[in-house]
Amino acid sequence: MPCLEVKNLTHYFGGLCAVSDFNLALETGELVGIIGPNGAGKTTVFNLITGIYRPTKGLIRFNGKNLTGLRPAAITARGIARTFQNIRLFNNLSVLDNVRIAHYAGMKYTPLEGIFQIGRFSDEEERISERSLELLERFNISELAETEARNLPYGMQRRLEIVRALATKPRLLLLDEPAAGMNPSEILKLIDFVRIIRKEFSLTIILIEHQMRLVMGVCERITVLDFGATIAEGTPEEIQNNPKVLEAYLGEEAAV
Amino acid sequence: MNNKIKTQNARKRMISGASFFLSTFAGFLTCCLIQRFKLINPYILMVIMYVGINIILTASLNLINGYMGEFSVGHAGFMAVGAYVSSILTVRVFPVQHAQWFFPLALIAGGMGAGLVGMIVAIPSFKTRGDYLAIVTLAFNMIVKSAIENIDAVGGPRGFLGMSKLTTLPWIFVWTVLTLWIIRNFIYSNYGRGVLSIREDEVASELMGVHTRRVKVLTFVISSFFAGVAGGLFAHLLQFINPNSFNILKSTDILIMVYLGGIGSIVGSIIGATIFTVLLEILRPLEVWRMVIMPLVLVFLMLFRPKGIMGFRELRLFVPEQYRKAVARWRLKRKEYDAVS
Repeated sequence: MPCLEVKNLTHYFGGLCAVSDFNLALETGELVGIIGPNGAGKTTVFNLITGIYRPTKGLIRFNGKNLTGLRPAAITARGIARTFQNIRLFNNLSVLDNVRIAHYAGMKYTPLEGIFQIGRFSDEEERISERSLELLERFNISELAETEARNLPYGMQRRLEIVRALATKPRLLLLDEPAAGMNPSEILKLIDFVRIIRKEFSLTIILIEHQMRLVMGVCERITVLDFGATIAEGTPEEIQNNPKVLEAYLGEEAAV
Repeated sequence: MNNKIKTQNARKRMISGASFFLSTFAGFLTCCLIQRFKLINPYILMVIMYVGINIILTASLNLINGYMGEFSVGHAGFMAVGAYVSSILTVRVFPVQHAQWFFPLALIAGGMGAGLVGMIVAIPSFKTRGDYLAIVTLAFNMIVKSAIENIDAVGGPRGFLGMSKLTTLPWIFVWTVLTLWIIRNFIYSNYGRGVLSIREDEVASELMGVHTRRVKVLTFVISSFFAGVAGGLFAHLLQFINPNSFNILKSTDILIMVYLGGIGSIVGSIIGATIFTVLLEILRPLEVWRMVIMPLVLVFLMLFRPKGIMGFRELRLFVPEQYRKAVARWRLKRKEYDAVS
């Protein structure tokens, strides 16, 4: 049974077709890339999978269960986490709080226990703080736990966003242009980072990216989108030599 | 090793809890003495009690406008619900000779009434996003006012009277401390972090697993509960309420106190409510002109300190021990763990 199964996914913004008949089947543990020119509908696919938009048509199944129509929080609870193209951290909150919030659903006390600081409140808070700090320690950010997220350097913010996503205990991780704005040496580090988390957290990963170095470096399979339609699928080598892909990226003449 | 730290933490928490309880008790006793022996001139006593009520109103509105980043402009409407519910209870339902014993019950009932109404307002308002809440709460404030004006059973536009003066300084003190304590605990709990994350980025918050709509409704209910309690205290201090005491201008006053003191801050709520209330009294000789000076103060504040005096900053006193030292405690624990292994 595939981990994630997307069938005939179609989405319209008014009259504009952002994604048409998108299909994707992911086996557990796979690392698949989605590439395509700007405005091709890549991020829309992520927004549909995570429930921010409801698809006009189509089916999304995760571990055999239908996801369409669920609230984003419910989808996160099922084990899908994501990062954003433009970093969306909780800027005015501390690094630690950013990770603690990702444990929201795992906290087992009621509002009343919280308000009066009774019952499971203390133990649960302690447990979550420790778990968050251990996660930060694992990725060398624990020194900055009390810093406000907006004061982190850019690369750190990118890393924190991934760590925060990991804190929701995902089985499928969606990375939306994680290398945006990074220089070549940072990209090499990111490639290692993605490989490490994939192994350590036994994740299935979908990666949206413009940086070919990253995509060709880590992805096993690539899907290419253009104007909402899938124009090619295959291994990195196949994609690199596919004339349709070259056309989409470089224009018709260059492809000839 | 682990257990040792656990008992240490428990002891620390007990000490801070005990000191909080003792200082509160001391404050309560002082208030009782002042009330009993009339140590303060009655006018000043009245102003102090107003300050207390305004702190409750400001802190509760700050929960929505400051911590959650939504914009509610009809707080006086919830105050009205609490004021009328508790007044009706003490005047018509509870036995008059034991009124003072039933007073807290009446206040809680008033708060719950306001909380229930808050829930009815919140559920549809939070289905959509953006400025919708401001319009809904504005309308709500007006609806409450005209509804009361048209119910003859509670005096209509003439107002409602017959309450005995049950609001005393000790009660004000107890409710103010209780409100601030509960709001602080809420903010520094799991749900409070949810509230803050909604302010920071609602989409990201939802995607991190926060049930944003439930958190928003819960916050709104807590906020309106305390507005209702403040309304009850207000009604039994003035011993007379009419729909006009809860018009949109009253809501604006509360908004001013929130933005004066500082959004997203408990100390800010205290400072804002105190400065505003006291300043209005000091400026009383200027009569109508004070309505010129207050807005001017606000304009300059927005120009030079747009987040208010204490915007997003908190006194250490108001941050729970457990929250503040989480990192230090974790480091200590790791160190001891490493030493063993």
